[in-house]
Amino acid sequence: MPRRWIVLLKVVVWALCLSPVTLLAWKATHDELGANPLSEVTLATGHWTLYLLLTSLAISPLRKITGINWLIRFRRLIGLFAFFYGCLHLTTYLWFDKFFDLHEIVKDIYKRPFITAGMTAWTLMLPLALTSTAASIRWLGGKRWQTVHRLVYASAIAGVVHFWWLVKRDLTRPEMMAAILTLLLGVRVVDHFLANRRIQPTAVSQNGD
Amino acid sequence: MLIKKPSDIPSSEITPKSVYMDRRRFMTGATLFGAALATAGCEMVSPSKVSANTKLTTTKSPLSTSETPTPEKDITNYNNFYEFSTDKYGPAELSRNFRTSPWTVKVSGAIKEKKTYDVDSLMKLASLEDRIYRLRCVEGWSMVIPWVGYSLSNLINQLQPTSKAKYVMFTTLMDMGQFPGQRSGVLDWPYTEGLRMDEAMHPLTLLTFGLYGETLPNQDGAPVRIVIPWKYGFKSIKSIVKIDFVDYEPPTAWNKAAPNEYGFYSNVNPNVDHPRWSQATERRIGEFRKRPTLMFNGYGDQVASLYNGMDLKKHY
Repeated sequence: MPRRWIVLLKVVVWALCLSPVTLLAWKATHDELGANPLSEVTLATGHWTLYLLLTSLAISPLRKITGINWLIRFRRLIGLFAFFYGCLHLTTYLWFDKFFDLHEIVKDIYKRPFITAGMTAWTLMLPLALTSTAASIRWLGGKRWQTVHRLVYASAIAGVVHFWWLVKRDLTRPEMMAAILTLLLGVRVVDHFLANRRIQPTAVSQNGD
Repeated sequence: MLIKKPSDIPSSEITPKSVYMDRRRFMTGATLFGAALATAGCEMVSPSKVSANTKLTTTKSPLSTSETPTPEKDITNYNNFYEFSTDKYGPAELSRNFRTSPWTVKVSGAIKEKKTYDVDSLMKLASLEDRIYRLRCVEGWSMVIPWVGYSLSNLINQLQPTSKAKYVMFTTLMDMGQFPGQRSGVLDWPYTEGLRMDEAMHPLTLLTFGLYGETLPNQDGAPVRIVIPWKYGFKSIKSIVKIDFVDYEPPTAWNKAAPNEYGFYSNVNPNVDHPRWSQATERRIGEFRKRPTLMFNGYGDQVASLYNGMDLKKHY
């Protein structure tokens, strides 16, 4: 794929990733956020964190299945946008819900499982965002970098659990998120299993040499 | 029963005079309109024609709070009414064609005379009052709502319950055609709720027919609902078709759905958290800062005595 196309596609992906927050800002300035605007912002930023996190997790399997290698060039961008929405979401909680009352926040994290799960999900994203540059890959070494970035699986699981636990009764959306995540993680497990089977005969022949 | 005026409202919350005067003008207007209708004769508004957005003739009530009511736009667009949708903005749209006429309410159980009321005659059973109440949702938000209705005790006294009547059970209409939410298993339909007899007889417990001086909008529980201002909002059951006087604690929809989260009493209580979130504070719709939640939603002076000697942590 020519470089020019990649650049163009990157612009499109940037625009798409920024559209939810732009829409929120527009709604906020036009009194379109409904009766409970702060709750609306919290919900929307939370949803988009999960959507983008799951999208970033879909890239590797999609690339393997379709053979479209340049998809990988969007993984970091989408992952970082997931973190961006995660930060907005966390800020709405710390600010509009707790008004930066540290004591209350600590108590909440300790006492409420869905807050614990949400904080875990965000905290696990933090090292990934901090080591998202090419320089960090060089610094850590490819293999160690990859191990660190496996934290994304734990983060996504914690994120979906957070969503599941906070919903009052209608679990449709968290169930959908959980199904997609299960699929994305399942594909990896199957792939890992198949890869091991592919490797084994080689290992045997190596022993034979 | 002794009716005390609420005394736990700080003066900072008292409605500014301009707003208050506006409301007075509004009320005067409503009364004049009602009087005009009355003098014009009953043919003008025959009972069967009473439907949404019909002005009601009301009187003021000492049981009202003086706090500023939440804008009508918010009360009629931000609704928990799972029979229509679990999305709060869903009911306003989905209830548009809801049929509230003809509508009957069947009254049965441990009473002298079992009866089926047409909702229009039920509305005329006692004089309608404006009751401006706080409403606290179990989810942590609140509103101030100018309901129209009369104390449920007016109806109960007419029915003459027998000694077997220990509780009152309310049932919402079951109609999957009109209530798309009833096609899902999100709650065990039809929605039921219940009150202990003394709770049902309390003057604050309102048989409600209107909002903001007019008949109830469909999304707010038309044509008739209960409002119990010291309990979490889900106790205030909507679109009632059946009132039953029983000798057992009635099953209630949310208690059946999650017994460890929603008790039979469900009194507003900042000291007893929902198992998953805190109930200590609330966001009043339209406000930025959260405010502390008051015991019994600020109606403690009037209702605390109903629960004397009860462990409210156990009977949540």
